[in-house]
This record gives sequence, C-alpha cells and structure tokens, in this order.
Amino acid sequence: MIRSILGVLPEAGQIINLCAAIMLLLGFSMLAQRRILTLINLFLLQGIVLFVSILTVALSTGQNHLLWSAIITLALKVVALPWILHRLIRRLSVKWDVETLLNIPATMLVGIMLVIVAFNVATPISELSGTVLRSTIGIALACVLLSFLMMITRSKAVPQVIAFLAMENGLFFAATSATYGMPMVVELGIALDVMIGMVIFGVFFFQIRQQFDSLDIRQMERAREE
Amino acid sequence: MSILDWILIVIIPGWLLIGIIGIVFPYRPHLIYGLLFPSGAVLGVLLAVCALSGIVAAPQTRVLSLGLPDLPFHLRLDTLSSFFLFLLGAASTGISIYAGGYFRRGKGAIPGLLCLLYHVFLVSMVCVMLTDDGYAFMIAWETMALSSFFLVTSDHRIAEIRRAGYLYLLIAHIGAVGILLSFGLMAGNAGDYTFDAMRRFPEDGIWPAVAFLLALFGFGAKAGILPLHVWLPEAHPAAPSPVSAIMSGVMLKTAIYGLLRVSFDLLHAKYWWWGLLLLLIGLATAVFGVIFSAVQTDMKRLLAYSSIENIGIILTGIGLTLIFKSFALPHLAALALTATLYHCLNHAYFKSLLFLCTGTVLHATGERNLGRLGGLMRSMPRVAWLALVGMLAAAGLPPLNGFVSEWLMLQSFLFTSGLPQGYLHMLLPVSAAAFALVAALSGFAMVKFFGIIFLGQPREENLLHAHDAGRHELLGLLWFAVGCVLLGLFPNLVIAMLDPVTRLLLGSGLREAVAANGWWLLAPISQDRASYSAATFFVSLALFIPFVFVVVRRFFHGNLDLYGNVKRVPAWDCGFPSQTARMQDTAEGFSQPIRRVFSSFLRHTRQHPSPFDTNPVYRGSVEDPFWKWLYQPIVRLVEYGTNIVAFLQHGRIAIYLLYSFITLLALLMLTNG
Repeated sequence: MIRSILGVLPEAGQIINLCAAIMLLLGFSMLAQRRILTLINLFLLQGIVLFVSILTVALSTGQNHLLWSAIITLALKVVALPWILHRLIRRLSVKWDVETLLNIPATMLVGIMLVIVAFNVATPISELSGTVLRSTIGIALACVLLSFLMMITRSKAVPQVIAFLAMENGLFFAATSATYGMPMVVELGIALDVMIGMVIFGVFFFQIRQQFDSLDIRQMERAREE
Repeated sequence: MSILDWILIVIIPGWLLIGIIGIVFPYRPHLIYGLLFPSGAVLGVLLAVCALSGIVAAPQTRVLSLGLPDLPFHLRLDTLSSFFLFLLGAASTGISIYAGGYFRRGKGAIPGLLCLLYHVFLVSMVCVMLTDDGYAFMIAWETMALSSFFLVTSDHRIAEIRRAGYLYLLIAHIGAVGILLSFGLMAGNAGDYTFDAMRRFPEDGIWPAVAFLLALFGFGAKAGILPLHVWLPEAHPAAPSPVSAIMSGVMLKTAIYGLLRVSFDLLHAKYWWWGLLLLLIGLATAVFGVIFSAVQTDMKRLLAYSSIENIGIILTGIGLTLIFKSFALPHLAALALTATLYHCLNHAYFKSLLFLCTGTVLHATGERNLGRLGGLMRSMPRVAWLALVGMLAAAGLPPLNGFVSEWLMLQSFLFTSGLPQGYLHMLLPVSAAAFALVAALSGFAMVKFFGIIFLGQPREENLLHAHDAGRHELLGLLWFAVGCVLLGLFPNLVIAMLDPVTRLLLGSGLREAVAANGWWLLAPISQDRASYSAATFFVSLALFIPFVFVVVRRFFHGNLDLYGNVKRVPAWDCGFPSQTARMQDTAEGFSQPIRRVFSSFLRHTRQHPSPFDTNPVYRGSVEDPFWKWLYQPIVRLVEYGTNIVAFLQHGRIAIYLLYSFITLLALLMLTNG
C-alpha cells in the first residue's frame, strides 16, 4: 500500500522528513529567540511547515479529512493567529522579551536532553505505528516538550501564549504522523479551543497590564491568596 | 389518569409554571403574593388529595426519558412516598397561604426570585419522594439542597446569614456524599442505579451494614442528628419564617423518608443492632435538643433545637421499629412505626404553626430575642391563641396531636417485655425514662416560648403597638391549628391511614386492632392495658373549663360589697413601690434551673456587670459543646493539612507549569519502561 501511495506523490517520505527536521529546528530557534516579533514569525513558519506536511500526507495517502485539517491549519495557524498576535503586540506595544528565567544556553542544553528523551520514549510508539511518518513521531514529541520548556522559562505573558500555541502545533504534528490525524470532530474541537483560548488570552493581556502595569507574569504572584 | 399522572402532569408543572411566571414578572408583588402563592396552595391541597388516594392504591411506576441518554428517570409512587407526599402537600398549603401574606410585608429579596425558589424547592421535594433510582434521587436531593440554600440566604446582605447558609450548604453536601456512597455501594453489583436493583443487594456480610451506616450519616446530616445538627440552629433563625417552617416541617422529613426507604425497603432491616444504634442516637439527639431548646433566648433558635429534639424522637421510633422487626414482633413493630410516622405528621403541623407564629411576631415587633418580647397576648390576640394551640401540641398535651404520637411511642416502649435479648431488655426501660424526660422538658421549653412572648407585661415600649397578623397569614396559621386539633381528635382515622404504609415496610398494621374499638377509643394493644379517648377528653375539657370559669367568677370573685360593686384594694406590693415590666421573669431566668441541672452539658458563659455600673448590662450565652469538642478540632486538622499542601502553591505560573512538565515526563518514562 505504501508503495502505491508513494507512487502517487514521489518523494513524499522525503518531504515529510524534511518538514519534521524544520519543525525541530524551528522549535529550537523559538526557544532561543528573545524578540517577540521574530517569535511570531517563527510561529507562522511553523504553521506553514505543518500545513505542508499535512497536505503531503493527505495527497500521498488520499485521506480526505486530512485535506480539511490542512485547510484549517492554514486558515488558523498561518493566517488568523499570527495576525491576531501581531495586532496584539502592536496595541500592547511590547516588542522585547528581555528576561528569561533560565539563560539561553542552559535552556538549549536542557532542550537537547529533552530531544533525546523524546526519541527514546517514541521508539516503541513508532514501532507500533504503521504509517509513512513513523520516524517523525519522536520529532513531534520533542517539539511538544520544547514548547513546554519554553512556556516554563519565559516570564512574559505573550511568549508564553505563543509557546502554548506552538505546543499545540507539535501535538497536531504528532497526531498526523502517528495515526494520520485525529477524527474530524476532535480536530474541529481543538481548532475551536485554540481560537477561543486566543480570544481569552487577548482579553487577559489587557486586564493583566491594567492591573499590574506590566505583562510580567511574575507580578501575578502578588495575586495569590495568602 | 392515574394518581402518579396527576402529580406528574398537573402538580409538578403547575408549581414550576408558577415559579417561572414569578421570575418573568419579578417586581409585581400583587401578582406574586396575591395570585401565585395562593394558586401554589391550591396545588398543595391537590397534592394532598392525590397522595391520600395514593396511600390506598397499588404502587405505580413510570420511566421518564429525561436526563442523560442512557439513564432515564424511574419514578414510583407507593404508600410510603404517598404518605410523605401527603405531609408535603398538607404542610405546603398552609405555608403557601401564609407566605403570600408574609413576604408582602418583607423587604430585601426580589419577590419573583423568592417565588421561583420556593416552588422549585417544593417540586424538588416531590421528586425526592417519587424517584425510584439513585441517580434521579440525587438530582432531586441536590436541587432541594440548593434551592433551600438560596431561600435561607434570601437576605444575603447580612454576613451572619451568609455564614449560616454556608454552614448549611457544607453539611448538606457532606451528607450528600454519604448518600451517594451508600447508593453506589448498593448498586455496585447490579450495574444500574434503580432501587429495584438495590433491593437485590446481598443481605449478608459487612456491606449492607456499611451501606446502612453511610445512609444514616447522609440522611442524618439533613435531618440534624446529633453530631451533624449544628446547621439547624444557625439556618432557621437566618431563613425567612415560611422557609424555616417548610424546612423544619417538611424538608427534615425527606431525610426521614430516605432513611426509611433505605433501611426498610432497600436493605430489608435485618439486624437488631441497627435499631439499637438508631435508638441510642435518637435518644441522645432528643435529650440534647430539648435541653438546648429550654435554655435558648432567641425564639427561632429555641424552635430549631426543638426540631432537633423531634427528629430525635422520630429516630428513636425508627430504632424501636427496627428492633421489633428483627425479633419478629410484627404488631409491636407496627405500633412503633405508626407512632413514628404519626409524629412526623404532627411535627410538620405544630412546628410549621410555631415557626409561622414567630414570623408574625418578628414582623410585628422586629425582634427575635425573647428578652425584648412579652405581653403580646393583648396586642396580637388572634396569633396568640393560635400559637397556644401549636404550643400545647408541641408540648405533647392532650387532646392535641402531639400527645397521641408521644403516647403511642411510650406504649411501644412499655410493651417490650417480649424481647429475647437480655441487655435490650434492661436498656429499653431506661430509654423509656429518657423519652419521658424529653417529653416533659419539651413541655417546659414550650411553656417558656409561649409565656415569655405572649404573657406578662410588654418588656419594650413598641410592643404595645404591635399589629396582629394579616388575613393571609391568619388563614395559614388557622390551617395548621385546625390540623393540630383534628389530628389529635381523630387518631383512629390517622392510624387507619398509616396502616398501608406500615404494611408495606413491615407486613403488619394496626388497622384491625384499632378498628375493633370504634372511632372514639384508641387502644393499640388491648383495651385493658392502655386506652385513650381524645373525644371524651375533649368534651370533658370543654365542659369543665367553662364550669370552673363560672364558679370562680360567681363564688371567688363573688364577695361584693354593700353597694354591689367588686371590692378593689391595692395589691400588696411586696416592698416594691413600683413594678416595671423589667422585673418579670425573663427567658434567662425562667430556664435557670434547667441550666443549673444540666450545666455539665452546656458551655454557659456569663458577663456580670460591675456593682458600680450605672447602666448595667448582663450578657449570657450558651454554646454548643460540639463546636469546641468536635468541629474545632476538625477545622484545625483541615487547616493543618491545607498548610502542608500550600507548600506546593508558590503562586508562580512557571512552577505550576514545571509540575505538569515533570509529571508528563515521568509518565512518559514510566509507560516506556
């Protein structure tokens, strides 16, 4: 079956592996990036890569519902979310994320360790999975963990949200590579969640800034109940 | 249309509709109090009639496909639920009429919201008694708890009331957990939550006992048995009086219904120690409640503790029934259960009456403290006479209803000589003595309640101008007062009505034994052992009192002087040239002997004024010992535990994220390895 699929779209496996590699690279560069504007552009790039990889899988396997999820990815993660984020930072006029809780080189080292862990953990899963993309499961998991790490190390609210969205990208990639995507209902649900989450975050940013005169989430420690 | 259909199609939607109309027009007091509450009362009468015919009918069942997809609501109307529905219908009628007048004069809460909550509360209680599966039961039970919580806190601007409401909600939910676990345990093997499946629960081993204890805990929290009673004296003074009335009169009985349903119907009541446990808890609750009720100085707290006492009496009755049933003494078991159910009905009547009277007094004077009331007999005579009826019934005096049930209960205590268990044989007479003590002390508490509020001199200036109850309020009070008299005068009819219920739970009843003597003479065991004729008593009382009155007027007051006038001389003033209303016996002073005798139970703190104080103030308060010895240690334990857990709570998002990150990694490693 795989032979025939690869016949439909030659070099599909190669394209997907390339996408996976770019995803991982983007994950690392996001982890290292301090400028918020660049971070959003990287997130946009990640969305494009995700779109390309899903489209490739869709065309090579002939799974129609994957075409839909590719379109959703394009609309949401390449167009809508970066646009909203751009608008947000323009209105909040924050361009810099000066501090991280852990310095960048140390973060990168932890990231490398996470990738090793992810590959190690993913081995038994990729053996079970019978898809073209099984070698990429490790990378997808690594992307998820890297985004999680980024969420922990950033102290400003906007990068945290970007990290959260990037984590969702990684999850999506993992789902496509492991099982040819989740059922349509689940995907639609997740897309809606991300959209609504974004709106709520947008509202929260303004509220947080109004309350604490800063978007630094460390300020919120004062808000905890004593 | 069957009886169940009537309830499902007319009464439940009717009450809901009334509530919805109320919330749609929330600020139209004339519509809400003039039309909606009275129509709710009409539905109450209808429910009572339906339930009355349901008692003699065969059980009816329905399955409603409401709720979650695979869990329909099972409904069942049998004699037990019919009896409690009758109680609900009869009590809610009077309270709805009264509420239409009472809330009109109140301020604070939104009328439409009150109307909605009140009717949702009624509907949820109907549903509690109709449901035939654990799932629907819990939904109805929680709706009941929540709607009553919002009714209690309808004056939520006062911090004390919010605190009382919180306490009530907390204990209600802890209790609900107990009930849920009990149902879960009984349904565990069957796979569905119908009561039918639970009836097939294995009857041996430790699990039925565990299920019973969980149910006792859960329903006990709602009923107010001993360690879980603390919400009652807080919630009742906080709630508006009609709400207190329906909570005390009816809602506490839903807990009794649940306990009867679980222990007799679902678990078949096999073990005698269940009965002994209930008997001991019931007696402890009753003694505790009555002592505290006797020393209270707030009229609604007094009634709240008296409700605890009555729940104790009812629980004692259930305990006796269980003991008799497990030793296969069907006639005695039927006697005890009849007394218990009779007392439920009586308590619903007289306690509602008394709570409603306190509402009228509260509105007329703005005072709940007994120390500032007094002499209201003159300014509010009609309420006073109706309160007298309720007070005599609550004190358990013939010919009113309270006497009959307490007398029946004592009878069942006294006929225990047939029991094969030696220790029980010795314990029961002692319990009977405790029961008699409770009955006597409740008389004391009720005399205090009535005497301090209505008799003597007004202790405050404004009491002279207190206005009597309005038309609606008076009608509501009259409903209960007439009920108290009728339930007391025709015990045989009531017992005949209770017969199908006891037959359902025990397989035996008192109908034949009672019918043998005709309607005027009540002799539950045999005529030569003990008998009571309410009618004879009533007639002789009705003849004797006017006779004494005439004789006293004619002969004692009859020594006229030469001119035919009554001789009047100044009374001996005992060395006090002027006597003020402040010199009368106060609520504190009246109960002082009781406080002395039972001082080891009570935590009494007093603040004496200094002898040189020109404006002396005396303060005394009685605290519930359970707060200090049970609840405060629990609170400290919980605080200690939360402090340990609070170590994890740094309030930093990065740390919280790190927790989930580490958890994720650990789980990944674990599943991998």
